[in-house]
Amino acid sequence: MTALVTLRNVTKSYVRGKQKVEVLHGIDLTIEPGEFLALMGPSGSGKTTLLNLVAGLDQPTTGEVLVAGDRIDQLSRGSLSDWRARHIGFIFQFYNLLPVLTAEANVEVPLLLTNLSKSERRRRVQVALELVGLAERARHKPNELSGGQQQRVAIARAIVSDPTLLVCDEPTGDLDRQSAEEIMNLLTALNRSHKKTIVMVTHDPKAAEYASRELHLDKGLLTNDTRRAA
Amino acid sequence: MKYFSLVWAGLWRKKTRTVFTMISIVVAFLLFGLLQGINQGFSVAMRTLDVDRLYVSARTGMTDGMPISYLQRIRNLPGVRAVSLWAYFGGYYQDARKVVPAFATDAAELFKVYKEIKIKPEYLAAMEKTRTGVLIRDTLATQYGWKVGDRIPIGTSIWTNKAGSNTWEFDIVGTFDASAYGMGFPAFYLNYSYFDEARSFGTGQVHYYIVSIQDPKQADRISREIDAMFANSSVETRTQTEFALAQSQLKQLGDINFIANAIVGAVLFTLLFLTANTMMQSVRERTSELAVLKTLGYSDTKVLLLVMTESLLLCLFAAALGIGLAAVVFQSPALQKLFGNFSMPTLVMMMGAGIAVAVAFVSGFPPAWRARQLNIVDALAGR
Repeated sequence: MTALVTLRNVTKSYVRGKQKVEVLHGIDLTIEPGEFLALMGPSGSGKTTLLNLVAGLDQPTTGEVLVAGDRIDQLSRGSLSDWRARHIGFIFQFYNLLPVLTAEANVEVPLLLTNLSKSERRRRVQVALELVGLAERARHKPNELSGGQQQRVAIARAIVSDPTLLVCDEPTGDLDRQSAEEIMNLLTALNRSHKKTIVMVTHDPKAAEYASRELHLDKGLLTNDTRRAA
Repeated sequence: MKYFSLVWAGLWRKKTRTVFTMISIVVAFLLFGLLQGINQGFSVAMRTLDVDRLYVSARTGMTDGMPISYLQRIRNLPGVRAVSLWAYFGGYYQDARKVVPAFATDAAELFKVYKEIKIKPEYLAAMEKTRTGVLIRDTLATQYGWKVGDRIPIGTSIWTNKAGSNTWEFDIVGTFDASAYGMGFPAFYLNYSYFDEARSFGTGQVHYYIVSIQDPKQADRISREIDAMFANSSVETRTQTEFALAQSQLKQLGDINFIANAIVGAVLFTLLFLTANTMMQSVRERTSELAVLKTLGYSDTKVLLLVMTESLLLCLFAAALGIGLAAVVFQSPALQKLFGNFSMPTLVMMMGAGIAVAVAFVSGFPPAWRARQLNIVDALAGR
């Protein structure tokens, strides 16, 4: 099977003040289509940096990043924006919904970048909201929804343009246990029923148990790669 | 257009701040509309002034009198169609604060010179028959509730009549409609022959001769001939076209154009900082939201355009409201009285739209550029 994501000898360093900080040291990684990968590790281990590289939000200092057949480490900022719009769905820890827009308008935001007609956009928004079980709250603004509901809207926004890859940064980090379980069940359903490839950064071992593969990072190095039977 | 909801929602993120900023812009453009409108109004009114009318006054000043004997001599000049006259009466009604812009004239000739002013022939005939008769502008009649047939006492701070009184009684014999002339047309006319006989001093004196000529192209020649005719006489004359006279009178009020531009310039300059501050705050507060848009695939340029559109929408919407309000104010009776049938000039509306775009661009560009340059990873991490 052709890998969906391939990282070859990827390093990433930042300059903070006068100091150069190397966050990732020569990472090699492949992710197959349909995998649900949990990236774990202590704070500062480089999880989010790795996620940002896979999602095309950041560029490696050295090495190659190949996602969905594209060498994204070679794309310009503008091309990378287009690429993200086509291939990546994002789910953040703090939902990051636009507070002035209703749930349906938030879900529609990625579709505004497409050439779809208004009616088609509406139809897809409706489907996405139904999929996350929030069709009846479509007209509500984020501050009228609970944390779990807001994260569901964020998931609907992430899947509405049918991306190749879903990236989640601590998706349950701001939720109570019950809401966290609901969100993880939803992500699992998207992975199993809709064959969505998911890369998820988490601190939470319980959340990681939902993933089919668990990858540990420590001080910028991959230390443990565990696959679970489906 | 599909991004409109996104832009509109961004604009109303902080309703109170947006409303206050909008009110400031509305007031600024209301002021702009009024001042520029009045300025343009004067220009338009000046352009409508007749080019075939000349005004003859004493060279030493328009309050000095000229002999009535000049009338016939001017009338005899080739190219002259009609000549009328004005003598200041300087009236008031009941008390000196209720000014009545009254002039003594030869009414039959006056309405030949001012062809655009509408008066019924029977009123002119009545004026000729009634020595104490007066013709008044319809707006003045409305102002004081006067009607044809009323006998009214008019005071004057200049002229004492032969009975030793400063209050003169007149009979209203007719009204006229001077809306086609616009601003500045005197509203109250009494018979010069009666006035001259009844006043106790200054008899035989006139302050203006108004000369209607047959060919506007001959205005310069006839003006020179009139002034040459009375050169080296006891009262030398100064002859000007109606346009030149109006310009010199307006200059006495100051350079309206300069004053209007200076005030509007200062207001808009202040507005620039206010709007820029609002936009800058708005973008700063939305750093993470803009980063999310970029994360979802919105390009740097698209984010810049979204912020610019927001600024443009704010300025254009508020400017349209301000100029619209100014246009409504122009329909008020007070301004209609001043300018006649005058509406907000299209040029002022276009200038307003242009300035609104400029304000939007100058105030919106720095925050828009900041949004464009936003680094997603740093912004999402709150750095």
